[in-house]
Amino acid sequence: MKILAIDTSNRPLSVAVMDDDNLLADTTLTTHRKHAEFLMPVIEDLVKKSDLQPADLDRIVVASGPGSYTGIRMATTAAKTLASTLNIELVTVSSLLTVALNIDLPDVLINPIFDARNQNMFTGLYQRNAGKLQAVVADQHTNIAEWRAVLAKTSGPIMVVGDNQPFLADLKATLGNRLLVASHLQAIPDAAKLGWYGAQLSPVEDIDAVVPRYLRLTKAEADWKKRHPNEDTRNYVEKL
Amino acid sequence: MVNALRKVKFVTRNLILSFETSCDETSVAVIENGDKILSNIVATQIKSHQRFGGVVPEVASRHHIEQITGCINDALRKADVDYADLDAVAVTYGPGLVGALLIGVTAAKAVAWAHHLPLIPVNHLAGHIYGARLVAPIEFPAMALVVSGGHTELVYMPKENQFEIIGETRDDAAGEAYDKIGRVLGINYPAGKQVDSMAHKGTDTFHFPRAMDNDETFDFSFSGLKSAFINTVHHADQIHETLDKNDLAASFQQAVIDVLADKTVRALKTYPVKQLILAGGVAANRGLRDRLESEINAFPNTKLALVPLSLCGDNAAMIGAAGEMLYRYQTFTDATLNADPGLEFAWLGEAES
Ligand SMILES: [Zn+2]
Repeated sequence: MKILAIDTSNRPLSVAVMDDDNLLADTTLTTHRKHAEFLMPVIEDLVKKSDLQPADLDRIVVASGPGSYTGIRMATTAAKTLASTLNIELVTVSSLLTVALNIDLPDVLINPIFDARNQNMFTGLYQRNAGKLQAVVADQHTNIAEWRAVLAKTSGPIMVVGDNQPFLADLKATLGNRLLVASHLQAIPDAAKLGWYGAQLSPVEDIDAVVPRYLRLTKAEADWKKRHPNEDTRNYVEKL
Repeated sequence: MVNALRKVKFVTRNLILSFETSCDETSVAVIENGDKILSNIVATQIKSHQRFGGVVPEVASRHHIEQITGCINDALRKADVDYADLDAVAVTYGPGLVGALLIGVTAAKAVAWAHHLPLIPVNHLAGHIYGARLVAPIEFPAMALVVSGGHTELVYMPKENQFEIIGETRDDAAGEAYDKIGRVLGINYPAGKQVDSMAHKGTDTFHFPRAMDNDETFDFSFSGLKSAFINTVHHADQIHETLDKNDLAASFQQAVIDVLADKTVRALKTYPVKQLILAGGVAANRGLRDRLESEINAFPNTKLALVPLSLCGDNAAMIGAAGEMLYRYQTFTDATLNADPGLEFAWLGEAES
């Protein structure tokens, strides 16, 4: 199975072409956040250097969020359009899980964190179980105070991976000796691992319905929802 | 063998799959030979943004990604064509909302790469203007008045594929002014249609200012008019006086139309053309259409081309119409194409020769 894996959730861009669990080609860039300009050229280049044609691909695996809204939309738009137009499979994976894949330790809880500014974060808790990553606490948009309360209820070592810097003092205060901090290189998503992981999952049934995992309403929608708690928000877009 | 036969059979048929996502409509179309609509799927988000009284960019981007592949599939199905039948992909890359534009640009790049098709970058305003092609061929030299929620421009086209701005708004776009005064009248966005129909029931009793009407340039300004309108209503509120809303609408619309028409007439005198094209969302305004239809009588060598009402709003058919023209000029781009939210035509005299 030929797989194209994509992650542009945050500043890094990572793309890989796999043949089952063999890596054919990959590229990871952290120098620019120019995903709009770089993503498709990197895909083109890697598929070509893998001696493949677009039509040879069997599956797209995308890290669909959470992350920067524009970043997760770039990867998800490219992924769902490619899967739809090539009539191939699409698998979506959490961008937090994608970073957690970098931590290959069996007996620790893995805590990927993306900074969402002003003490807020996208985060979740994962554990390796027989080589497979399992979510212990679901991905969420939260703040450090609430996340400390979640972490306080756990036991054993926790390895934080991702944007730990703004939260380090708080995490240390909560976890003490239980806190392990992954290196900055382990915080960079690796599309090869994403492709390998996505190869084992079942593809989505409705490609058209795939949207990024924002995990947060826009401010306008959240405010509106507060004022209209019972309104059905599903059918706002109409085909003319 | 099948391919060879197909090529022979359709040798004169050019098919372009076009994308438009610059604001709050997700649209994908299939256009044959630049002037025939085989399909034009438009998914409008108006109802969503009406909750907020105007377009919220992040919400717009989210809706575009929900709709994009469904629109592509619908467009191909309705046109009864397959990817193998296509000659090119065209996409709006600016001006517009950057996050919204990026959905169309990314999807178009993905489709172009997947099927080895050339990618044509289209200026949204060239799309509005070339929408006129879908009714009758454009004759050059031509002049276009492009009026919408985001733009108010006079564009001179000495020949095909040459666009030169001779005037534009210095502040609000005409459609933006409609939405702002609409809010004061209690009309939800987009207000243009309702203000237009109210205007037909009222009369111009307030004589709002016609900004820059006698000015040397072909530029427009609508913020002074908008302020005069709002001040008039607020002043009446303070002294508990009720103003006739239809007269307010008529007075506002008359001021807008006077300036648009006067500047256009002066432009036609300075740059004689074979065709005047009225395009953009505000081109659907009955008052403006009527006025230009009567003004054009003074120009026996100039025909008025009104983009049909169904194509005044944003749609991908017009992007395909402009895209086919660019296809003939081999204006192709590659996978590095980015959105350009501030994209503009060059001003007259500044264009590269
Ligand atoms: Zn427009």
